[in-house]
Amino acid sequence: MDDKASAGVSMDSRVAGVRRETAETTLNLRKKSRPGENVIQGFLLFCGVLSMFTTIGIVLVLGNESLHFFTNDNVSITEFLTGTQWSPQIGQFGILPLLLATLVTSFIAMLVALPLGLGAAIYLSEYASPRARKILKPVLEVLAGVPTIVYGYFALTFMTPLLQSIFGKDTVNIYNMAAAGLVMGIMILPLVCSMSEDALSAVPRSLREGAYGLGATRLETATKIVVPAGLSGIIAAFVVAISRAVGETMIVAVAAGAGPNFTLNPFASAETMTGHIARISGGDLSYDSIDYNSIFAIGMLLFLLTLVLNMGSRRLVRRFREVYE
Amino acid sequence: MDAPEEKPTSGLPHGAAMQRNIVRRRRKGTVLRSIFLGSTLIGLVALAVLLFTIINDSFGLVALDYKVDPATLSDRPLEELSRDELVVILQDNISSNAFRTLERTTPMAQRSEGDVLGLVLERVVKQSVAGTWSLTDSLLNRSAIEAQVAAESPAATLKFRSWLSGGFLTTPMSSNALIAGVRTALFGSLWMIGITILFAFPIGTGAAIYLEEYARDNRFNRIIQTNINNLAGVPSIIYGMLGLAVFVRLLEPVTSGRVFGVEGSNGRTILSASLTMMLLILPIIIINAQEAIRAVPLSLRQASYGLGATKWQTIRHHVLPGAMPGILTGTILAVSRAIGETAPLIVVGASTFIVSDPDGPFSKFTALPIQIYNWTSRAQGEFGNIAAAAIMVLLVMLLTLNSIAVLIRNRLSRRAS
Amino acid sequence: MTTQDRYTLNARNMSVFYGSFKAINSVNLDIERNKITALIGPSGCGKSTVLRSFNRMNDLVPSARVEGEVIFHNQNLYAPHVDAVEVRRRIGMVFQKPNPFPKSIYDNIAFGPRISGWKGSKTEMDDLVEHSLRNAALWDDVKDKLKASGLALSGGQQQRLCIARALAVEPEVILMDEPCSALDPISTLKIEELMMELKQRYTIVIVTHNMQQAARASDYTAFFLMNAERAGEIVEYGPTGDLFTNPKDKRTEDYITGRFG
Ligand SMILES: Nc1ncnc2c1ncn2[C@@H]1O[C@H](COP(=O)(O)OP(=O)(O)O)[C@@H](O)[C@H]1O
Ligand SMILES: [Mg+2]
Repeated sequence: MDDKASAGVSMDSRVAGVRRETAETTLNLRKKSRPGENVIQGFLLFCGVLSMFTTIGIVLVLGNESLHFFTNDNVSITEFLTGTQWSPQIGQFGILPLLLATLVTSFIAMLVALPLGLGAAIYLSEYASPRARKILKPVLEVLAGVPTIVYGYFALTFMTPLLQSIFGKDTVNIYNMAAAGLVMGIMILPLVCSMSEDALSAVPRSLREGAYGLGATRLETATKIVVPAGLSGIIAAFVVAISRAVGETMIVAVAAGAGPNFTLNPFASAETMTGHIARISGGDLSYDSIDYNSIFAIGMLLFLLTLVLNMGSRRLVRRFREVYE
Repeated sequence: MDAPEEKPTSGLPHGAAMQRNIVRRRRKGTVLRSIFLGSTLIGLVALAVLLFTIINDSFGLVALDYKVDPATLSDRPLEELSRDELVVILQDNISSNAFRTLERTTPMAQRSEGDVLGLVLERVVKQSVAGTWSLTDSLLNRSAIEAQVAAESPAATLKFRSWLSGGFLTTPMSSNALIAGVRTALFGSLWMIGITILFAFPIGTGAAIYLEEYARDNRFNRIIQTNINNLAGVPSIIYGMLGLAVFVRLLEPVTSGRVFGVEGSNGRTILSASLTMMLLILPIIIINAQEAIRAVPLSLRQASYGLGATKWQTIRHHVLPGAMPGILTGTILAVSRAIGETAPLIVVGASTFIVSDPDGPFSKFTALPIQIYNWTSRAQGEFGNIAAAAIMVLLVMLLTLNSIAVLIRNRLSRRAS
Repeated sequence: MTTQDRYTLNARNMSVFYGSFKAINSVNLDIERNKITALIGPSGCGKSTVLRSFNRMNDLVPSARVEGEVIFHNQNLYAPHVDAVEVRRRIGMVFQKPNPFPKSIYDNIAFGPRISGWKGSKTEMDDLVEHSLRNAALWDDVKDKLKASGLALSGGQQQRLCIARALAVEPEVILMDEPCSALDPISTLKIEELMMELKQRYTIVIVTHNMQQAARASDYTAFFLMNAERAGEIVEYGPTGDLFTNPKDKRTEDYITGRFG
């Protein structure tokens, strides 16, 4: 574009110039090749496709190393999936203790995150004034932004002593699944809350009015109309929350304990799948040892678990949107 | 059409029964409302307790024990001595052999005052911690603590200490909690994040532009989109394993810097960590950038095309400027995620103990969250305190980043209105 | 006859505000029992606002405030001790767009009685559902698919479901806010016929911007217009026949003959 100074002066001559040009040359409307545009488009395509390579990379890496693991003489897939002892030193590779610890910590986390997250979502979407919501929501989001290692510290230095003072030092181990699970629940609460709130606020106003018009109270409208109407969105939130809990590493690595332990006792120390991967890879790990390969097999299981959960959740959200859009 | 029928015998309450019914429903409503409010507040209380715990552990009384009383070394407190005076003390009190070794690693003349003070405390005074107390304890139970220290370790002196201090930021790592700092970790984090942004920002923005502006709605592009959404939910530790296998092992010649003529390191470098983090935050950046690009009105694009602009010119001059604040905000949020991530760095192989500042992409590295993890897992009194102090540093970094994001967002909405 | 025998609802100097904006200015309106009263007027003049003030639906808009009185059974609906939940059970509402709950047809009808403390048995509830659907002229359409979702019905059927739903809590008054505006002409006709049947037992207030509908279906008509401050006011109110054949106010005549700006 011309700057202002020249714009006024050159107007006439430019108009004349355009005319002269069309008069002298025949107009060419043929497609021109624009190499610059093509290069850029190529780069953009590469950026878009890179994510595919990431996924392929994850699958190949996890698959390949797991294959090495399972082709090892000491290991069989059945033993891996059904064994109740994980002690690489003596060649025992049963995933169940790690899996169980993952399930116990996740379950405890869900006991905290699901009811509180849904309760908070109902409060924010059905009760809170716009002003209160404007203050409360960002504060809850701060919880979601705190790094998980900080939650790990919190679990170890606050939650564990708290549990010990309630249930006694003899009952509650310094490293225990309960403290890790409870703190993980607090960490996941904002996720459940914000996804559920999205689902609740997507329920059309007209349904609420219909209920009020029949003489329903606010509570009845919320729990009998709005929550059932938003149910698939809420379940989607729950499923994502479970996936987050299963994949969470630092809280359990710090607070749940180091060392596989096949137990349901929440006050006992036990290592989760993620905690085990973190501990083994944090040590001095030599490539191509069976330890190295074994963490990839655990990783594979972890990846598949979370993938199924996440895909299921997004399917639910999509179905929910189809109903109301 | 039938004529309206007579009512069936009604099961609905009337009159006084209706009144009672409404009172009961209202009461139930009030109770549940409080429960819902309570759920919300529990989140807030948890946040408050979390912050309180960290602040509470970052300051407080510490009981210090000495092998050699500092008072016998100098008539003034050691902190007030100049560097040269400290060097003299050091020279007088350790073996000449040990002194020469120190001199050889870094000449005394090049060391900072704090550095030399640290050496004096470590080598001569042989300071050790007999106990630490939290801030609230220190303020509320001071006399009880004094009595306890007098009884258990009579030689120890009790001092109030801020574990988070200027020195904490500027001193490198140490196995002695009293003189350990986060300098190395801080530099490691900054290097790593810088390189991560260098890769992640253009690639993430590019992918978003591709998906929003170029990609037709066909099977291939839908798969790409689904795939990005899926990647956003993959646990971070899996990215660590990908990084370990691909960047640390497979691409070791590149990530160790050997192909660039850098010798003496393996693949566990800042570059490997940054590339891993890049893959981790790319989905977040892409999804946010897509949203920002989608928010640019179609009319703007049409106006540009109407003037004869090519596709890229339209994007470059109209779409990107409009979407940039949103893209930047999304990137900053993704970066704050990366700063706090710990698990992938453990797997990729952050060093647990290095004292020299990283000096480039091919350095061994540690990072702030790794430092916190190491100190937290030691779980002894004073290491808990410096872990809390390091958490404060991390949280302040995140707070700063998020404030910048909010500023950008506000400027955006001001311009829009 | 006392006023409350003849009339179900009496609005007295009712003004409605949204924040500081006065949407309705001092409306006086007596709604006769077992008759259909139509509220007409150009869009934005406050018809819906008036209607929603009759069963305190405006309570749900945080900024809304009502001044003056609405008398129902010799009580002011806006007196401090009056419970909006009970008011809405007695004075039901049907909305512009059909809004069945995403539940079965059966549960749509049963929802109101259930929350209102229904004490009857399962068969009594079945009877109530059938009865309500018959009265809404929907029974023959849906009697074989009571478990199907209410959303699976056609638009006209959905609106009749909403009417049936309102009938199930045994209200005295049914407020209808442009109940046919989203429907095709045949469904519209069905609803109008239905209203004629229902008025034998209920009092009906209907908002419509369709002049033919008002003329065809209502007994009384109130014509609303905005005054200079954009607040809605009643220009003319009377028996529908009089208002349409012999309007007293020039503005009414202009409006019903379509000469209105
Ligand atoms: N929830 C609300 N908040 C603020 N103003 C409103 C609200 N609902 C309606 N109004 C205003 O009140 C006036 C009357 O609206 P309404 O009763 O919907 O008119 P009608 O139904 O006759 O078209 C309009 O000016 C409208 O903008
Ligand atoms: Mg209206």
